[in-house]
Amino acid sequence: MSVLVNKETKVICQGFTGKQGTFHSRQAIEYGTQMVGGVTPGKGGQTHLDLPVFNTVKDAVAETGADASVIYVPAPFCKDSIIEAAEAGIELIVCITEGIPALDMLEAKMVVDSLGLRLIGPNCPGIITPGECKIGIMPGLIHQPGKVGVVSRSGTLTYECVKQTSDPGYGQSTCIGIGGDPIPGMSFIDALALFEADPQTEAILMVGEIGGTAEEEAAEFIQSEVSKPVTAYIAGVTAPKGKRMGHAGAIIAGGKGTAEEKFAALEKAGVHTVRSPALLGQGVAKATGW
Amino acid sequence: MNLHEYQAKSLFRDYGMPVPAGIVATTAKEAETAAAELSTERVVVKAQVHAGGRGKAGGVKLVNSPEEASEVAATLLGTRLVTFQTDANGQPVNSVLVEETCEIGRELYLGAVLDRAARRITIMASTEGGMEIEKVAAETPEKIHKTRINPIVGLMPYQGRELAFALGLEGAQVKQFGQLLAGLARLFKEKDLSLLEINPLVVTTGGDLLCLDGKINIDGSALYRHPDLVAMRDKSQEDPREIRAAEWDLNYVALDGNIGCMVNGAGLAMATMDIIKLQGGEPANFLDVGGSATAERVAEALKIILSDDKVKGILVNIFGGIVRCDLIAEGIIAAVKEVHIDVPVVVRLEGNHAAEGAALLEQSDVSLISASDLTDAANKIVAAVGAAS
Repeated sequence: MSVLVNKETKVICQGFTGKQGTFHSRQAIEYGTQMVGGVTPGKGGQTHLDLPVFNTVKDAVAETGADASVIYVPAPFCKDSIIEAAEAGIELIVCITEGIPALDMLEAKMVVDSLGLRLIGPNCPGIITPGECKIGIMPGLIHQPGKVGVVSRSGTLTYECVKQTSDPGYGQSTCIGIGGDPIPGMSFIDALALFEADPQTEAILMVGEIGGTAEEEAAEFIQSEVSKPVTAYIAGVTAPKGKRMGHAGAIIAGGKGTAEEKFAALEKAGVHTVRSPALLGQGVAKATGW
Repeated sequence: MNLHEYQAKSLFRDYGMPVPAGIVATTAKEAETAAAELSTERVVVKAQVHAGGRGKAGGVKLVNSPEEASEVAATLLGTRLVTFQTDANGQPVNSVLVEETCEIGRELYLGAVLDRAARRITIMASTEGGMEIEKVAAETPEKIHKTRINPIVGLMPYQGRELAFALGLEGAQVKQFGQLLAGLARLFKEKDLSLLEINPLVVTTGGDLLCLDGKINIDGSALYRHPDLVAMRDKSQEDPREIRAAEWDLNYVALDGNIGCMVNGAGLAMATMDIIKLQGGEPANFLDVGGSATAERVAEALKIILSDDKVKGILVNIFGGIVRCDLIAEGIIAAVKEVHIDVPVVVRLEGNHAAEGAALLEQSDVSLISASDLTDAANKIVAAVGAAS
């Protein structure tokens, strides 16, 4: 078991024939992901990376039975692409693109939610179940099938989590990068609920950062709903107020969303926190007794 | 992106939200002419900077004549205003807003934000105008009335009535407030704002509503579809190094410490700052070189870090995902040769082709300190900077 994606997952790529879509689809195929085609309007009927290209997501779903889509189209077109995927019935939509206007995401998310579907991202590395299915831009090689569920708002910090849980041999059940935007699709809570229900996942490692209240909401959820050991790290203790730290969502606005508040909320909920990004793996060991 | 008060008010005016008559001036002479043109004898002269707390810092003055307006403008223009929201250097005052005054009956607060937790635009109104809204929220949360906009249908008229009655407005004011709120909601959505504040929104002794102040933040990701707003950008209010970094697609934020950082990924960049602090050092900046760190951009990033003369050492922390560490290493070597760095540089490479990258650094003739992991890297740079000073 794992969560959301496995070797049965049939994946299409929106923005398939573009530079990003091509590069990362090739990597996904090499990893063993079951890529079944892609969408580029106007190029329907062509073949790309030995896979069929479709004009619309609807056509791609009808022909391939795809149940997941990864989006690499430029930011101004992402709202349209996300809603196109949702209305074609794609159950898992993964949007990698960075820089989508927040108000576009409010609307796109509302449509996805109203249809009971799942959106990961935007502005995220994607999702991977090691050895089975890689959807996104993370380096496949560092991952290892195993028992830690990883959920993170940051891309390269997710890679730190992976390395530090691969090195001691714990491995990962599934890694979900929920992304650094103010209005993300899936939240920490959604990922935590999936990991709690997944028998392969024995421990959870979550990485948050400054801005918003997603970590505080996750802490409340963990207290009442999560029985598995959770280890957490929050980036941005030294970040100044009112400055956007790279990610659109990483900003301490109106004095709210500091790392200290988040650490305090998580500790109160019984989460094992680590203060150094070098101690993620050791933190999991301590929380689990491994 | 932030706007000046006068720019926010011009948008308010475009959307039918009532604002006092006012004129922007960039010289004392212009301020004098502006004051003479306005219809009230008393006018207010307001420094235009991207920061709150201007009143307490002496940036807002009431004057009784055009001559006095000229004098006040002369003392403000060309100076830097330091408020509780700025750093110690303050923000440059390059223009002032000269505005008509009114007789104030009551001061209210009206604001709208992109509410991340609710995933809606949330409108907030309070009878406690003129106060810091964070303080009101913390001490008397019952005095803040909220309503959320449904993204699909937009603001409904009942929401305006609800807030108007909660604020104790009556008669024609209820309708006036509803119109103001409809304009505000339309402005927020059409211009892709992330924050809009009117503090205070006043009820004049004559019973009319008037937006006495205006603050607007725009979602930077949406600027591509708002050339009119891009034209309002005032780069003099921003850190020149941050502007230069942005031109190279680098995310840079200046901090107060002495250890420069160059990292790929925003989360890892923050984490690197944190671990420097944890090991007893002080980070000089946040810098995310992004996913496609070419030799050219690495060199530019190093130059920007070094343009801060507080920097006494640099920590490079790269976790190669898709990018290969050996290519990054080549970039660093080329950059160090080009830039002539005379402070210690610690490099930690991890991930894709990390061993090859480390070997390249080892064999090169530039002096770099290589580190095996994050803690090791932080310890080495803190020690190197400590030894140098």
